[in-house]
Amino acid sequence: MKLKTPPIIEVRKLVKRFGSKTVLRGLDFEVSRGEFVALLGPNGAGKTTFLRILASLSRPSLGEVIIAGSHLPHQAAQVRSQMGVVSHLPLLYPDLTAEENLQFYARMYGIPDPLARITEVLELVGLENRRSDLVRTFSRGMQQRLAIGRAVIHDPQVMLFDEPYTGLDQDACEMLDGVLRSVAAQGRTVVMTSHDLARAEDLATRFDILSRGTIAASASRRELKKSNLLAFYKLALAD
Amino acid sequence: MAKNPRTMDRRRRTMDKDSTRIFHGRSSIVHRPSIWKATLAIVQKDLAAELRSRELISAMLVFSLLVILIFNFALELDIKVRQSVTAGVLWTTFAFAGTLGLNRSMAVEKDRGCMDGLLLAPVDRAAIYFGKSISNLAFMLIVEVIVLPIYSMLYNVNLFQGGLLGVILLGSIGYTAVGTLLSAMSVQTRTRDVLLPILLFPVAVPVLLASVKASGGLLAGAEFSEILIPLNLLIVYDVIFIAVAFMVFDYVVEE
Repeated sequence: MKLKTPPIIEVRKLVKRFGSKTVLRGLDFEVSRGEFVALLGPNGAGKTTFLRILASLSRPSLGEVIIAGSHLPHQAAQVRSQMGVVSHLPLLYPDLTAEENLQFYARMYGIPDPLARITEVLELVGLENRRSDLVRTFSRGMQQRLAIGRAVIHDPQVMLFDEPYTGLDQDACEMLDGVLRSVAAQGRTVVMTSHDLARAEDLATRFDILSRGTIAASASRRELKKSNLLAFYKLALAD
Repeated sequence: MAKNPRTMDRRRRTMDKDSTRIFHGRSSIVHRPSIWKATLAIVQKDLAAELRSRELISAMLVFSLLVILIFNFALELDIKVRQSVTAGVLWTTFAFAGTLGLNRSMAVEKDRGCMDGLLLAPVDRAAIYFGKSISNLAFMLIVEVIVLPIYSMLYNVNLFQGGLLGVILLGSIGYTAVGTLLSAMSVQTRTRDVLLPILLFPVAVPVLLASVKASGGLLAGAEFSEILIPLNLLIVYDVIFIAVAFMVFDYVVEE
């Protein structure tokens, strides 16, 4: 018998307006613990806006957002302590070393033994040898790996990735694939937006297509044959 | 057989613990830091970054020195007139240099997305405001400590009086308190460099006027009771600006 695990992310009838422009139109979304969801869609579909609402960086105009049992925006602090966010910007200070950056974020998350945790995290992202180097001397790929380290420093249950591959070369992308796999393999729930269908297909266990502010289609890896993601994507956008 | 989701969760965590050295799966290592610990972390981070780059203080300092030099050559003043314009020249210099610092300090956070990094932390957002305000105040005070002796030498005016230093401190607190709030607003716009002074100067007029009046009085050798009105005004405005900024900062940074 298949056991249905309770959703860790529940979004009901989410609406987001910026002035007269409605970006999200009654969006419903649910993610179970441990799922890796790829959120795909054309530019302007509302992917980043949706992720910023999940991250508590933006307030919903209407609707309900519950993450790990906490409601947004009223229980935002609880949600933030369960959430790690990686975007195409690294959210790191270039004039601080890798260790100082992680130390700062460890303090902001109230981690009691930051040094041990920083060593663990730097090992996870393969930067233990560069811990004392200034972030401004890092390549874009290394910065993105350190950004993932920053996002997992507090051991969050849910990870949000907003276009994490933007601006990375082929080698850096492959290295990031490895880090993303190990982050997901640790049992975290992951929601990732991307324009890179091939990478999403490799990593995700579920594919949701966001179009015109709503989820136009959704399919699990099992429901979708491997070669069909592009066709599924095109079909969802054509409807 | 129906399985309890809690039991399943516990089992999942145990599996995670066995299979990896990092993930504990419940954010168990997070203890929400107090507002003061978070404030201190931000201040130390800003000071460490600035000590290394020296971008912000150098820009403010060079600008301040240029302003007092320009005034020195442009006004060709005798000693009496110099004393009477000192308060005005000083506060003009501090206000413009302070604006440079406020803009840059918030732009550093915005440009690399670090403001989002701060907003994502499970801390009271007032901690971000206080942290940035105290950093901005520290930068402004460092510049003032360097500018004051140079000004004293160039203008042959003794600025090292306890009362005057107190007024400079109070004025700087008020200016950075309101400036930090407004720079958090203006940094989100494309025209932030132009917008900040346009927003800040009208709002900071009471602080600047009170500071100029109190400083001018002290330099002219007035009794303490004579400068009590601008001094009280300065203290009241400091308290009001800090309280208002504390209350509205959350709304300013949220989309």
